[in-house]
Amino acid sequence: MNTVFGVPLAAILGQLTLGLVNGSFYALLSLGLAVIFGLLGVVNFAHGAFYMLGAFAAYIGLQTFGVNYWCALLLAPLTVGFLGVIIERLFLRHLYRLDPLYGLLLTFGIALIAEGIMRGAYGASGNSYPVPDVLRGGFNLGFMVLPIYRAWVVLASLTVCGMTWLLIERTRLGAMLRAATENARLVQAFGINVPLMVMITYGAGVALAALAGVLAAPVTQVQPMMGSSLVIVVFAVVVIGGMGSIFGAIVSGLVLGLIEGLTKVVYPEASNIVVFVIMAVVLIWRPAGLFGKE
Amino acid sequence: MLLKMTITALWVLPCLCAFTQVRAAGDKVVIGDIDDLSGVYADVQGQGGIEAINMAVADVGGTVLGKPIVVLSADHQNKPDIGASKFREWADQDGLSMLIGGSNTGVSIAMAKVAAAKKVPFFAIGAGGASLTGADCTRYSIHYAYDTTALANGTATVILGQGGKSWYFITADYAFGTQLQEAATRVVTANGGRVLGAVRAPLGTTDYSSFLLQAQASGAQVLGLANAGTDFSNSLKGANEFGLTKTMIPAALLAFISDIHSLTLQTAQGLYLTTAWYWDLNEETREFGKRFFAKMHKEPTMTQAAYYSATLQYLKTVKTLKSNDPDLVMAELKKAKINDVFTKNGYIRDDGLMVHTMYVMQVKTPAESKYPWDYYKVIKVMSGEEADGQQSDPTCPLVRK
Repeated sequence: MNTVFGVPLAAILGQLTLGLVNGSFYALLSLGLAVIFGLLGVVNFAHGAFYMLGAFAAYIGLQTFGVNYWCALLLAPLTVGFLGVIIERLFLRHLYRLDPLYGLLLTFGIALIAEGIMRGAYGASGNSYPVPDVLRGGFNLGFMVLPIYRAWVVLASLTVCGMTWLLIERTRLGAMLRAATENARLVQAFGINVPLMVMITYGAGVALAALAGVLAAPVTQVQPMMGSSLVIVVFAVVVIGGMGSIFGAIVSGLVLGLIEGLTKVVYPEASNIVVFVIMAVVLIWRPAGLFGKE
Repeated sequence: MLLKMTITALWVLPCLCAFTQVRAAGDKVVIGDIDDLSGVYADVQGQGGIEAINMAVADVGGTVLGKPIVVLSADHQNKPDIGASKFREWADQDGLSMLIGGSNTGVSIAMAKVAAAKKVPFFAIGAGGASLTGADCTRYSIHYAYDTTALANGTATVILGQGGKSWYFITADYAFGTQLQEAATRVVTANGGRVLGAVRAPLGTTDYSSFLLQAQASGAQVLGLANAGTDFSNSLKGANEFGLTKTMIPAALLAFISDIHSLTLQTAQGLYLTTAWYWDLNEETREFGKRFFAKMHKEPTMTQAAYYSATLQYLKTVKTLKSNDPDLVMAELKKAKINDVFTKNGYIRDDGLMVHTMYVMQVKTPAESKYPWDYYKVIKVMSGEEADGQQSDPTCPLVRK
């Protein structure tokens, strides 16, 4: 059998494939975080909770209203994004002038409340969400069987990441958003409703997290803590990519997923810290992150 | 300066002591529960565990020694230092008479040390690690519901008997997981089987696909899951998705009915597991299940039933002795037979292990399940000795003496 450094090639290819799947989740989540941080300057600690709420929205939709997976992909992000808009309007708005620490504390508190409510209502061990019928089964890649659903996750999240990037970097709306972050008062003077744009941006960032949650629902147990462990990794991803850099968030999300996958072959016990080790190294070498601007 | 501090200390200390004495002597009997109330194990006992304690308190009339019984509870967040310091605080300041320990072997080992230092009877219930009555045993700990030895003897023996000879483990990377894997490995090798490999996954891992792929590549016949709670649910769910359940026999070394309920029978069907108790065993257990269900809207897990039983046995012993002196209570508990809804003719060994009947179950298929929570069929009934051996654990210093 072919081996690389004593590890079978098939194992490496398999783990790289899975790393790509996890990387897609990281990319999608860190994208939302980067958009919110880049345009609002808010460190959104509730991102994991919105991811969890997205998964629960899909689950509740299916159980209570019979909403199928495909509709949930659209409806859950809309619902949770709307919740994000309400939170922005009621609470977050008042904190923009203050130290970013206040926004962090507020969103962290919101995350704890959301997790507590869902734990109270649905318990800690969570619920199962079935894989949609069309996406059951797997492709035989020779070195592993890749479940069709996981391939779909990669495809869907890469598409969404690409579209978001295009929207912000290549459209007029994106240009206005970027201008508003540079100098909000000047942009407002041109007659553009900046507070409205900020509100929509936060809602869109939250909706991206919820979309990742719906994509994750058939893969993991839908349970209240599903976001809290993930959000810390995703923060590391954003820091590595450069706070606020959308391209950086997408690329570092995918790359870190791959590195994490390789770690799971070589030394599994370290798989949950490798991202943070890389973060430390990157911060020493480039304090602004790989794609960040000083 | 030093003199001044010493004088102040001399003034303050007696006041503090007097204060704690007043509270400890108190006019109530205090029972504590330290458990994971918010993390991966929160559905195993959690709020349901507290409810089970309250049911037992109600069943003895709410008072003992002429004083009201007070139940304290705390969340250890799966951190040994939090569990141990909360236990110490209650023992020092609230006159705690007895502690029940919930999930997490690591936390329970830390709390057992406090039990020995503070002389407070400690019922380890949610934790599985057999070292609690081995190297980590104390004069004041009782391991009540199940341990890793019994789990391995149950599930592993049944699967080996069906021809599952080569094993690969996915293990939770802390005391409980490693002890469970060791116990299962002993059973596997003793019965002519082989362990082809193992991978240690961090507690709280949500994506097991990498580990499952390694298990698949090992070519083993049996996938041994030496984990619990949501770790177990997520690994089994992944095994289904990657088709491992078709090519390997999944062995749940520890699964609770709450896990099966959340996974649904569709995913969990056919799974073998070992349990100390099941709500649908007989009329008495069904009656208890009904009472619990009325409050919590779910059937009790084996450890929730054990919470009830341990509290009941402790309070009954205090009532009989007319004292909650820890040494008298421990001596009496180790003499008596335990007969209640949790078990029949259970007894507590010198090393502190409560020896009782264990059941190997298989999870029903959706078609076999006739009513809500109808999840298990009994495959094998094991006597306490069959599950845990004839003798006390020789690594326990209490036994060696």
